[in-house]
Amino acid sequence: MGKKVGIEVSIAAAEAVGLCDVDVVAAYPITPQTHVVEHLSELVASGDLDAEFVPVESEHSAMSVCCGSSAVGARTFTATAAQGLALMAEIVYIASSMRLPMVMFLSNRALSAPLSIWNDHSDTMMVRDSGWIQVFCENGQEVYDAIFHSFRVSEDPKVSLPVMINVDGFNLTHVIEPIEFWDKEMVKAYLPPFRPLSKLHPDKVLSMGAFGMPEIYAEQKQAHDVALTSSTPVILQGWDEMAKLTGRKYSAVETYRAEDAETLIFAMGSICETSTIAVDKMREQGKSVGLVKLRLWRPLPMGDLRKLLAKAKDVVVLDRSIALGAANAPVTSEMRALMYHEPQRPKIHCMIAGIGGRDVTPDDVVKMVNMALSEKDYEYHIYGVRG
Amino acid sequence: MTKPMDEMTWQEVEPGGVISEPGCASSYHTGTWRSEKPIYKEEICIRCQRCFIMCPDASITPDFEKNRMVWNYDYCKGCGICAYECPVNAIEMVQEGE
Ligand code: SF4
Ligand code: SF4
Repeated sequence: MGKKVGIEVSIAAAEAVGLCDVDVVAAYPITPQTHVVEHLSELVASGDLDAEFVPVESEHSAMSVCCGSSAVGARTFTATAAQGLALMAEIVYIASSMRLPMVMFLSNRALSAPLSIWNDHSDTMMVRDSGWIQVFCENGQEVYDAIFHSFRVSEDPKVSLPVMINVDGFNLTHVIEPIEFWDKEMVKAYLPPFRPLSKLHPDKVLSMGAFGMPEIYAEQKQAHDVALTSSTPVILQGWDEMAKLTGRKYSAVETYRAEDAETLIFAMGSICETSTIAVDKMREQGKSVGLVKLRLWRPLPMGDLRKLLAKAKDVVVLDRSIALGAANAPVTSEMRALMYHEPQRPKIHCMIAGIGGRDVTPDDVVKMVNMALSEKDYEYHIYGVRG
Repeated sequence: MTKPMDEMTWQEVEPGGVISEPGCASSYHTGTWRSEKPIYKEEICIRCQRCFIMCPDASITPDFEKNRMVWNYDYCKGCGICAYECPVNAIEMVQEGE
């Protein structure tokens, strides 16, 4: 068992990447991701990490380098946020469609304009359909553990897909938490060497990234979708194996006091911890409220979610981004679509909370639940908006 | 030989669309793009072989045994260059399907 240290979450994540003996790090600095990349560059400069650190001139280039390095079979890592992800987006889709394993640390930040460096989920929702495996983290330990898990899952030949770790900017990236470290032996036991499905090598000539005519595009998309949706067993097995090593057991969806709850709060990321306090407060007031925390956003654990949500009368989704002009905010839309054909389905309410870094306290969560339960229209609401 | 693209099922597509067999582009029949088809009039042809030289898709070859030109419609895209270049109008472009 590794030692417990008080450390900034970004630095711990970089240490984890170093422990995974990554081969290539290509990234461009952007708040609030900076500390991850900065620390990795220090590890490479000091000789503690034998890796190629590529200080690219843009995020578009960062993701392009990552595709190239993964294609030759190198363990690959990048990190970005908001505008950086937007600039990367073109290649983000290419990485997953070409089934190139790599890990991205995404420090979730609001998309401009207005220019904001603070946290929400608008950046990640922009690429939610890109075909990456996408996980959310609630606290620093989860972020640290997710690095090892993500490399293992991404590089598994049954999966061979890139993994995006969503880490709330500042709320999580810049906080100092007690984190239990892994040692080299644990990593060695957990993470096998990267053996790619196919790689660019002069000994065996092949082509990657060929164009797809209308005759083959649909087949390729179907194959990608099936690869993504059938990665779940490998993801779950990765968490099971980790539990044996660390004693910490993760799963795709987790609940808090949700067993008999009439009302469920539905959340992703660091707002989950805030929501547990809110649940306790409401339980004290005798209200039947619980919490559903979604860790695995892609592939969506549809069966688990249907089972959980069907038991409630009301579900209050705390959406961390707004989909302008859409039927609803992204996570709410998806939960409603998921439950539409169910014989027993709850009312699903949408509260858009904490966009652009607006603070969300446990009291705010309590207020949002009360507001949602008394609403008449079932439209989406930006919580706390003035006017 | 890799299966032609338009016959492959999603299960047969290589992961990530990797092409592991070099040169397999020949299994893709570009002839399906054609809207006009070159028709060869052997009796007019003077065997100058200009069409053979000019075809951008190498779809015309001389058959020396039979002393005539031969078209490979699997790859002829119907661009009409051969008909344009033929000095004696021995090639006529006709609408595909007519
Ligand atoms: S260019 Fe015309 S004349 Fe010359 S070989 Fe071709 S078909 Fe015959
Ligand atoms: S129409 Fe074009 S592609 Fe077809 S045989 Fe003539 S020159 Fe070649």
